Amino acid sequence: MNEIKPSQDDANETINYLELDQIIENDFNSEKENLIMILQAIQRRYNYLPKPTLSYLSEKLGVPYSKIYEVGTFYSTFSLKPRGKNIISICLGTACHVRGGDRVREKIEDTLKIKDGETTEDKKFTLESVRCIGCCSLGPVVKINEDMHGRIMSDKIETILDQYE
Amino acid sequence: MKIQSVKDLAKITKEYRQELYGPDCVKVNIGMASCGIAAGAMDSFEEAKKAFSDNKNVQICQTGCIGFCEKEPLVEIFSKNKPRIMYRELTKDKIVDAIHGYINNDLASNKKSILGQMKDPRSLLEDDIPNPVDEFEPEKEIPYLEDIPFYKGQMKIALRNCGYIDPDNIKEYIAKKGYLSFLQALDENKPRQIIKTIKESGLRGRGGGGFPTGIKWETCAKHDGDRYIICNADEGDPGAYMDRSILEGDPHTVLEGMLIAGLAIGSNTGFMYVRNEYPLAVKRLLNAIKQATEYGLLGKNIAGSNFSFEIKISTGAGAFVCGESTALMASLEGNVGRPKAKYVHTVEKGFRDNPSNLNNVETFANVPAILLKGADWHAGIGTSNSKGTKAFSLVGKVKNTGLIEVPMGMPLKEIVFNMGGGVPKKKKFKAVQTGGPSGGCIPEKFMDIPVDYQRLAEVGSIMGSGGMIAMDQDTCMVDLARYFIDFLKDESCGQCTPCREGLKQMLDILTRICQGHGREGDIELLEELGAMIQKFSLCGLGTSAPNPVLTTILYFRDEYEAHIKEKKCPSGVCKALFHYEIDKDACTGCGLCAKKCPQVAITGEKKKPHALDQEKCIKCGICYDSCKFDAIVIK
Repeated sequence: MNEIKPSQDDANETINYLELDQIIENDFNSEKENLIMILQAIQRRYNYLPKPTLSYLSEKLGVPYSKIYEVGTFYSTFSLKPRGKNIISICLGTACHVRGGDRVREKIEDTLKIKDGETTEDKKFTLESVRCIGCCSLGPVVKINEDMHGRIMSDKIETILDQYE
Repeated sequence: MKIQSVKDLAKITKEYRQELYGPDCVKVNIGMASCGIAAGAMDSFEEAKKAFSDNKNVQICQTGCIGFCEKEPLVEIFSKNKPRIMYRELTKDKIVDAIHGYINNDLASNKKSILGQMKDPRSLLEDDIPNPVDEFEPEKEIPYLEDIPFYKGQMKIALRNCGYIDPDNIKEYIAKKGYLSFLQALDENKPRQIIKTIKESGLRGRGGGGFPTGIKWETCAKHDGDRYIICNADEGDPGAYMDRSILEGDPHTVLEGMLIAGLAIGSNTGFMYVRNEYPLAVKRLLNAIKQATEYGLLGKNIAGSNFSFEIKISTGAGAFVCGESTALMASLEGNVGRPKAKYVHTVEKGFRDNPSNLNNVETFANVPAILLKGADWHAGIGTSNSKGTKAFSLVGKVKNTGLIEVPMGMPLKEIVFNMGGGVPKKKKFKAVQTGGPSGGCIPEKFMDIPVDYQRLAEVGSIMGSGGMIAMDQDTCMVDLARYFIDFLKDESCGQCTPCREGLKQMLDILTRICQGHGREGDIELLEELGAMIQKFSLCGLGTSAPNPVLTTILYFRDEYEAHIKEKKCPSGVCKALFHYEIDKDACTGCGLCAKKCPQVAITGEKKKPHALDQEKCIKCGICYDSCKFDAIVIK
């Protein structure tokens, strides 16, 4: 039951419930089947899934909180923790792997002093490894927010990270 | 406008064909799929737009990916009665020059950026019209695009329009005979005939399973209920991006394939389950659906008939297992994607417990072409049990990476060594991996085998969805096996024990081997575990999960043994099991490695052999990658 209690991070987040209604009712017709897409919309808005929005969603859709939590933790896109301003997605698909994607990941981890899945203290970057973005011919690939950086060598990482505020 | 008949299509085709084959202005087609954009196509596009904003004689347009991703951004420039020139690596600093050069008939000054001239821009559905390129003299100095090794031998059915049309413009699709097969089928209104054609064509599922498409359609049509057509666009295999290219380059062909399936099976609703990692594909699909609806090709009473069909898009949320049919349908219903045992097949009871027909993107993309050209035509391509063509993403350690489509039956070596141009940097080829995490690694000695469902299975791999990843001497097969099991362990949904626990145990053993703590008997233990997981897992993910391990043990047992017995990683990947040394005879003292080394572990005087401090070295491999004289060696 601990999970239902908002965490410290959630307490800092102001939830706009009218806006949430808009998403649930207007964009997705309050349909249970649209649960995944509603969660994606919430995450786009808050950059993660604040727990109060999940319990609200549970009541609005009539779906048990446990099920929403299950969906929110099953799929790798969702994060229940706040993420950084910039999301670094390091591709570890096979093509990037054989071309040294792991070395690039290690370099990013060393540079930012975070591990895969973590956020820097200043909340500037979150590092997430993903399995294939589909730009295999340009491997190793790093996606930062919506920008693709192809054919990355570990010695170029710092210059690229410097471009982001 | 609303399309009412085949005649309306013909009108658009006539008007728009000129745009495609003989525009009065100079048309600049920039390849703007995700791969092109990653290589800088968007910047090129904006630069060209800016430079020619006042010039009505120059039209800057977007297309999808024409396949040769290695040379992106790819740009085609053409005009009436002039050769169609394909430029490569046309970044924003080069594009304006190239366009000016083309306008002024000065191709020589941009010669380095020219890939080739187009021999025939028609798709294979358009053999009833003359080749527009025949109307003028070709450029003597420039090779034909279709003759360069990467394109030679390709045959494009599913990818027939990718890179040739603007994916955001339905008229261009129609001008390439788009929606013609669907409207003809609608006029005839013989659903059974469609199924018969697809059955006779020999089309098999292109998503990996290879189940005969016609039989699937026929079985689904037999069951009563609200039938659904579902398109599996959850392309999860790492190293495969054929479906992304089709969705981004030619979304309408997938919609048309689904419409035909709807007509054949008797369904009014289609769903597309698209990977969340493909935002551009979703954007182009939504636009395509909007346009098709405006033209009356989707929606109620299509072209005045009593057939109605709508298509909805659902995005996945990052779960590999959702490529499995029952898991995908569970996810569409808003649940977690856990596969079900298939006592009852989804064609009988699937999405919302109704008969559901699930096909992959590439399968649907083949359907309109088959209907137009006939079952015999399709059945005449390929081998005895694998008909038609297959798209592959040829990636990894090959010179020419990109997307290709080849007739079934083409030997693997032709794909990797001719089209792909072999391994770069004079390294030695080791293996090719097909079928993603469910597939296997095929060593050099089997490179003669053709692309064929049966033959690939015989050597322990599968056709899969189309990822083809080449590997060279620098790829450690034990590490690769560990990589796949690590991937699958993360992606296992966790409901059945053999897959959940078995993969974890396999990963532990493989990690231990890679870290230098491998034990005698570990290989046998992996084989035993693998056989158990294959036999007792619930779904396709589990039953195929041990394949990458079992095939690498089968073909590269010596590498496993080197790791376990000699505590060596011959490929220089597993950090605990190798170190770099500088070959004093080969080192020229150029100083490049010393400059790049982040640890300042390499020192030495200019033009004299350098030295590497093992204490400081973190084995990042930067020196190894950057040395031009092979002086950094793995020990």
